[in-house]
Amino acid sequence: MNEPWGEDGPAVAARQVTKTYANGVRAVRAVDLEVPPGEIRAVVGENGAGKSTLMKMFYGLEQPSTGEILVGGRPRVLRGPASAIALGVGMVHQNLMLVPSFTIAQNVVLGVEPGRRGLVDPKAAVETTARLAEESGLTVDPKARVDEVSVGMRQRTEILKALHRQARVLILDEPTAVLTPQESEDLFAAVRRLRDGGMTVLFISHKLREVREISDQVSVMRAGALVGTIATADATERSLASMMVGRDMSLDVDRTPARPTDTTLRVRGLRYEAPTGQSLHGLDFDVAAGEIVGVAGIEGNGQSELAEILAGLRRPTTGTVHIDGTDTAGLDVAGHRRAGIGYVPEDRLHNGAALDASIADNLVVDRHERPPLARHGVLHPGAVRAHAEQLIDQYAIRTPDPSVPVRALSGGNMQKVIVARELSAQPSLLIASQVTRGVDIGAMRFMYERLVDARDTGAAVLLISADLTELLALSDRLLVLKDGRLVARFDDTTGLTEKRVGLYMLGVEEHDRGRLTTGLENVGEEAP
Amino acid sequence: MSSVLDVVLSSAFLAAALRIATPYLLAALGGLVAERAGISNIALEGQMLSAACTGALVAGYSGSVTVGALCGVAVATLLGVLLAALRLELGADAIIAGIGLNLLASGGTAYAVYSLLDDKGGTSGLKSGSLPTVTLPGVENVPVLGDVVSGQNMVTWLAFLAAPFVAWLFYRTRFGFHLRAVGEMPDAAASVGIAVRRVQYTGLALSGALAGLAGVFLSMGYVSFFVRDMTAGRGFIALAAVFLGGMRPWGVFLAALGFGAAEALAVQLGSLDVPPQLVSTIPYAMTLVALALYAWRRKRRGRVVPTAASL
Repeated sequence: MNEPWGEDGPAVAARQVTKTYANGVRAVRAVDLEVPPGEIRAVVGENGAGKSTLMKMFYGLEQPSTGEILVGGRPRVLRGPASAIALGVGMVHQNLMLVPSFTIAQNVVLGVEPGRRGLVDPKAAVETTARLAEESGLTVDPKARVDEVSVGMRQRTEILKALHRQARVLILDEPTAVLTPQESEDLFAAVRRLRDGGMTVLFISHKLREVREISDQVSVMRAGALVGTIATADATERSLASMMVGRDMSLDVDRTPARPTDTTLRVRGLRYEAPTGQSLHGLDFDVAAGEIVGVAGIEGNGQSELAEILAGLRRPTTGTVHIDGTDTAGLDVAGHRRAGIGYVPEDRLHNGAALDASIADNLVVDRHERPPLARHGVLHPGAVRAHAEQLIDQYAIRTPDPSVPVRALSGGNMQKVIVARELSAQPSLLIASQVTRGVDIGAMRFMYERLVDARDTGAAVLLISADLTELLALSDRLLVLKDGRLVARFDDTTGLTEKRVGLYMLGVEEHDRGRLTTGLENVGEEAP
Repeated sequence: MSSVLDVVLSSAFLAAALRIATPYLLAALGGLVAERAGISNIALEGQMLSAACTGALVAGYSGSVTVGALCGVAVATLLGVLLAALRLELGADAIIAGIGLNLLASGGTAYAVYSLLDDKGGTSGLKSGSLPTVTLPGVENVPVLGDVVSGQNMVTWLAFLAAPFVAWLFYRTRFGFHLRAVGEMPDAAASVGIAVRRVQYTGLALSGALAGLAGVFLSMGYVSFFVRDMTAGRGFIALAAVFLGGMRPWGVFLAALGFGAAEALAVQLGSLDVPPQLVSTIPYAMTLVALALYAWRRKRRGRVVPTAASL
């Protein structure tokens, strides 16, 4: 089914490729990239560096403004994914492109279904999928519905999709963002096997440790241009990071040992019956002022529900939550904020900011009714503006003006607006959920420093994250959630490895209840 | 009370139920196809009305019932394509565009009838005839069954065949496979090279055609003339049946049949000593009860079945 490839030359290549969008943004500038067959090539860069745009051009989702794309050694015009697929290019997108109500087998064959005269042969689909899974070592259950299987299996389904289309080039866009360390290792093993079978793999990532582990060569992009390509063996995380940002930059956080004082957050016997999503089954934990407590877990194991309960957006079924001794039962969201809770939601686009409102307005939404911003219920525009200018300066939000709508900002700057609002309210408890998701290294580092600052000025911080590296770098203590239960508690995070935490996230190991509740007062009195 | 039961069990009632359910079945399955393609076809009502009017007028002037019916279905199909074009090419909201088409159909049909026949009410002055009925030679004389099944309009037969046809289309054919993928995850469909727009255009055309057949039945089967706004909200009730039926062909089939039966009951009870105002609320009350029941069941199911997180 594939169009012929040239005898030799690179599997995919870009020659002087530039992409300028209709609105004038130049996402990719004069990139020359060659990837020989049978190589795992990592492409790294900050958000907005142009790596996704470049990959979309290889997959036909975008067309270069100037320059040419080569597949199989010949220049090609890719009008859409269909022509890229016909040339043997497959792509696994960051947000997986699967139909939830279809089975895995149906998703694998979608678009190139087996069967005759316009009909689909469901049995052949299952057989094909099972055979491909067997051959590639990517274990899936062909008859399971996609919305009922784990993220890891969904991702394997995506790769099988590409294999079913006889892909010779596989583009993986940040494939490990949603995986546990163990799942990532399985993925790497499968990718290496594919490479050994002759597959060319383009691996997009910003996790430098993984890049070093999986790739043969690394290409670094910055601001739309290709900075350079080096053999992975010669690269260090530090050298890659400085290539990415153009200056020496490290993500190591200088962090003095925590000096926790009194208990700020006290959660006892917290149960929550979720109509949809994950229920919580009896959580007991404390967070003291002056410490960062991390919450690890595979996404969807109750982290979002816990964060929303603590922020007052959902009501627990039973159990109590105290903030500085105040029982939050019966308080509305504003009441929770008054009790001293700050909340950075995981989905900043939907819950964090009003995207079409200005930066200034977004910065005052929790305090607009109070002096000095308003008197007798009337806003003072001057005060609102001055307030915004001060925070923009303090939090290094890159914008020409406070009246710019939040939608126009980059992910990192958008997040800074939200963090600025939440931290400037001086909460006694900050719930930070996926605070660095999708932000670049510069902004990430900035967030880390702010969280540690908040801790050192006496705030209790509950840090919920899918990024274990981040959790281990920042947390003074670490909790692990699995299936809505606390399964582990580490009171000292020094020397703790991602792999070890991963075992608890997967449920292979578990701490006993004694260890989970050591030193907590009044445990069990509210439990049913 | 026993008289009510007599009515419900009579073959006349059952025959009426099948007849009355016909437009609901066709329009609801049309709505289902559009819904699963990812564009809500709020314009079912307008498509039915346009088809009903076109069918009666063309049949009246050409003298051919077949040509009339085909033209009616064609007009509704074009309206389906128009709705898809407004949505896909101009980025219009499908609901707003659909409401627009409904208003256009209501005004447009009345205007066409008035300017052609100088009659504000309908085409009763025009002899346009009706589509043939199907008598089953053997079954005709079987008691009850013969009365119910035999002698039904051919469109009624088509309506009952439409449900297995749509089910077959959805679950057995490549086109149905693509249609469901496009409606649920357009990005996923596009990323595997499916022509998303082409699938949606085809889906909306089919949706319009089914609604058109429903409309043609109203003016050329149910009665043999067009009356202004004769669809009387059937398109919207059909849309309710789409959701009540859980967006699945056989579910929609049962829901539409239920609405037909309820309306037939209302008509039959009109002959009894029951306040007619009360009787005429039956289909609507049933819609509300059914929707509430559906929501309740779904909520319960959501609680019982946990989202599996197998690894």
